[in-house]
Amino acid sequence: MTDQTALHYTEEHEWIAIDGDVATIGITDYAAEKLGDVVFVELPASGTTVTEGTVVGEIESTKSVGELFAPVSGEVVEANQAVVDAPELVNSDPFGEGWLIKVNASSLPKFLTHDEYRALVGE
Amino acid sequence: MTNEPGTAPERLSPLDAVHREAGASFTDFAGWQMPVRYSSDLAEHHAVRTAAGIFDLSHMGEIVLIGPEAAAALDFALAGKLSAIEIGQAKYSLLLAEDGGIIDDLVVYRTGDDRYMVVANASNVGIVADELRARAAGFDTIVSDESDDVALIAVQGPDARAVLLETPGFGVDGPGAAPTHNGADDFDVQLEAIKYYRAFPATFEGEPVLVARTGYTGEDGFELYVAPERATRLWRALVETGGPRLTPCGLASRDTLRLEAGMPLYGHELSRDILPVQASLGRVVALAKPGDFVGRAAIEQGPAADAPVLVGLAADGRRAPRAGYEVFDGDGESATRVGVVTSGALSPTLGHPIAMASVSPAAAEAGTELFVDVRGTRIAASIVALPFYKRNA
Repeated sequence: MTDQTALHYTEEHEWIAIDGDVATIGITDYAAEKLGDVVFVELPASGTTVTEGTVVGEIESTKSVGELFAPVSGEVVEANQAVVDAPELVNSDPFGEGWLIKVNASSLPKFLTHDEYRALVGE
Repeated sequence: MTNEPGTAPERLSPLDAVHREAGASFTDFAGWQMPVRYSSDLAEHHAVRTAAGIFDLSHMGEIVLIGPEAAAALDFALAGKLSAIEIGQAKYSLLLAEDGGIIDDLVVYRTGDDRYMVVANASNVGIVADELRARAAGFDTIVSDESDDVALIAVQGPDARAVLLETPGFGVDGPGAAPTHNGADDFDVQLEAIKYYRAFPATFEGEPVLVARTGYTGEDGFELYVAPERATRLWRALVETGGPRLTPCGLASRDTLRLEAGMPLYGHELSRDILPVQASLGRVVALAKPGDFVGRAAIEQGPAADAPVLVGLAADGRRAPRAGYEVFDGDGESATRVGVVTSGALSPTLGHPIAMASVSPAAAEAGTELFVDVRGTRIAASIVALPFYKRNA
């Protein structure tokens, strides 16, 4: 069980777990709930260099398409193949098995805290 | 990355408290705050295909015409020949503009010799009521918008009838019903006997409910028109009786269900800018009926030879063409734009992307391979016959 209070968040409804230089990125339960059933996930390949604030992937539900913004700049070291094969993981376990990408981030921007993010989404 | 709920004042269904209790997520739909899903729209979709689902459609509009010339007024006002339907029968129809464009698509119920109920889309209730009043002005009939006094609950799916039969509280006490010793039994008899696109007046806990065998999911099912004050008790009785066989369903699953069934949605497949024949609804226009009706001249003239037509598209993979995406005749630079997607989704039942699109008639032949621009990527899609899904009879 992921400790959500220890995660960082963005206004784009992403969560970031920092472990050394590696940032693991996913979308929040709030975002997953708003999207509805996720049926398609497109992620950048390992080795891709991503730039903070740009669109690097897509999360598509039965009803809508959400864009994945890179919350950090760096090189993608792993994309979650399990979530590409079973997109419903984004709904069933957004903070766990539904993680999306790991990025080797050289520096980190300022993120929202858990409390700030919960305030943003009105919870 | 997601839309925030609007802040505009929204109308609430009489079942709003029930939906909140059930943990529904809501969406703004034509000024109403309605359930978009309760838990999973895929699960809700599959429930309707395999068991049954219950939908709140109280946002739909009900406009009633009463008077000796109600039938004649509707024959003039609408595309169909409504005078030809029997009491208890329903008919899909269209409200056309003078230029033949579609103002709304409707289901019309004949509820008496001199009485009809016209069911309009939520987004169009006001204009439909206004148009019917104006068009009925020369006829001996009264047009009243009773939308605020009617809630609508749909029960759809192969188990829909069984759930209704088992739900306590139903009876029949309507005009035309034989005197009975046991109302419940006669409700059962009528429910067993009712044909598709028919309705009969019944009661629930002594209050009137119109039970119609109609729907918008591609499954067998029923729509129950009831006073808003009774809607909550009726919903709860159905859900309690149905148990695991009856899943509360939101508008998200309603949309994928109707899309699979090839049914048009106003504002997507239908609009003021197209004639019925362009949406394969030529059969709905009763050109043979005597007398004039609004739009007749334009319909008789027909659309331009190159006017776009509605087609079905099927693709491989999992990326869905969505409303507004452009359709091309190739995937290269020199490809020509031939149309636009009107509705699309990854079909939950079929497991591949499906869409309806408005395309040039030159590119509309079944089997034609077209390409949909899905956010910068051209996805191959073939024209297929509608509907995408048809239930086993």
